[in-house]
Amino acid sequence: MTNALNTNAIETHASENYALEINTLEKTYKGGFQALKGIDLTVKQGDFFALLGPNGAGKSTTIGVITSLVNKSAGKVKVFGYDIDTDLEKAKSFIGLVPQEFNFNQFEPLMNILVNQAGYYGVTRKVAIERAEKYLKQLELWDKRNAPARELSGGMKRRLMIARALMHEPQMLILDEPTAGVDIEIRRGMWDFLRELNKQGITIILTTHYLEEAETLCRNIAIIDGGEIVENTSMKGLLAQLDGETFVLDLSPHHNDITLDDISSRMIDDHTLEIDLQKPQNLNTVFEKLSAQHVEVLSMRNKSNRLEALFVNLIEHNVSRKKAK
Amino acid sequence: MNNSIALKSILNKEIHRFMRIWVQTLVPPAITISLYFVIFGSLIGSRIGEMGGFDYMSFIVPGLIMMSVITNSYSNVASSFFSAKWQRNVEEMLVAPVPNWVIVAGYVGGGMARGMLVGLIVTLVSLFFVDIQIHNVWVIITTVSLTSATFALGGLINAIFARSFDDISIIPTFILTPLTYLGGVFYSITLLPEFWQGVSQINPIVYMVNAFRYGFLGISDVNIMTAFAVIGFFIITLFTLAMVLISKGIGLRS
Repeated sequence: MTNALNTNAIETHASENYALEINTLEKTYKGGFQALKGIDLTVKQGDFFALLGPNGAGKSTTIGVITSLVNKSAGKVKVFGYDIDTDLEKAKSFIGLVPQEFNFNQFEPLMNILVNQAGYYGVTRKVAIERAEKYLKQLELWDKRNAPARELSGGMKRRLMIARALMHEPQMLILDEPTAGVDIEIRRGMWDFLRELNKQGITIILTTHYLEEAETLCRNIAIIDGGEIVENTSMKGLLAQLDGETFVLDLSPHHNDITLDDISSRMIDDHTLEIDLQKPQNLNTVFEKLSAQHVEVLSMRNKSNRLEALFVNLIEHNVSRKKAK
Repeated sequence: MNNSIALKSILNKEIHRFMRIWVQTLVPPAITISLYFVIFGSLIGSRIGEMGGFDYMSFIVPGLIMMSVITNSYSNVASSFFSAKWQRNVEEMLVAPVPNWVIVAGYVGGGMARGMLVGLIVTLVSLFFVDIQIHNVWVIITTVSLTSATFALGGLINAIFARSFDDISIIPTFILTPLTYLGGVFYSITLLPEFWQGVSQINPIVYMVNAFRYGFLGISDVNIMTAFAVIGFFIITLFTLAMVLISKGIGLRS
């Protein structure tokens, strides 16, 4: 995917350059389910921000409130300084939304979907056609421009929703699981495309179940669980909280009596060793000890994604805290 | 924001939608109306004789045209807006800075366009069966525009409340069709006993059909200005209701 996006100068009311400010946001659905319990969140302009959480945590509700698809019960939301209670239309003009589920007219050709969407934002037909061509080409959908949307593959539909969200050249792009069900090659292409958009100044808020995706792309992160923010920090800061990591080493065969002294380790089989490294232990020490025992390391990998380990810890901690109450 | 571009986009989408499926949207009314002409006009009408000073075929033409306009204006918006809800592409408009009145005007405009296009087709078909005379073209244009707007608004409100495709057929089947058939399409309400004449006067379709008939034949069972006032009242009431429902997000936002 190639990238070339022109962004307009941002004209905002934002204080301290926040793209998004959420204060004590609450949402209680009919029937009494409280999806959001007074969350506070800020996203700086130009940030690449991850909003993570397990299913039903409140991610999509939060996005729904920001984009006015869900009526909030209490709290304040400002988009580039514009309060959605008093300046909703202005606030909406800054946002491009890529929702979790396909929500375009399946019978409409791609070109019509994009040109009509631009029209809703006041973009003239002539400009809309030019932009549609640009984004369809960048997202490798140009050949399908006259096909009805229902004929697209899952990955193509995801890319169509990204193109649609960009038609009014928004300053903030919100992507709710944009790569769900997309193969790895296309997913990585989409990552490059999103990185390029972010480089050009577009604030990106991403929810995803692929934690590798969040770790690779995002600079800041909030983790939401049970309608509450349980962590809100930089990605580096969060990863620094990791006390240890587990590595899996593939060894030359037939080793049963390896000892690594104070480094916790176990043989999985006669050629696979699993080690738990705690700070400040490092891999050099491990390799030195293995070399001394004439053990050859053929390859090595992380047992789990680092963010995944933290994510699971945080959610489990939150569940235990609630049970203790 | 340029609201006129947003309005044009919705109108364009709506007109494109019913034109794309013209076999389902434009052809059936022409066939139905031809059957009405053959059965009620040629076969039965010749035995009825004159009504209101005109042969029966000429008498029922305005009512049949109006019936097609009403049905198509209503069903166009009801099915289109409900489909947009069902496929969730209504969210394309809800997340955009489109004022609510533009959404209402866009969908109602689309319904009016289909209603009036079908009205024109039915008028052309009727030329094969009867010589149409025109008494006052402005009354015809005003009545058909206001009536199609009224029922397009009705279809929109139906779609806002609807939760399934069944819900958008209940109102046309159980309310709209009976009111249309009892709205003086096939008879003059002066033929009814006095009590039922009084009852007929609470049926808004009586005013629409008679105002339209006045435009063609110069005869009406009701006062034309009263008819316009009744239609105007319904438009204002339904428009206000549609605006309130959309701004509160009824059936659209959780």
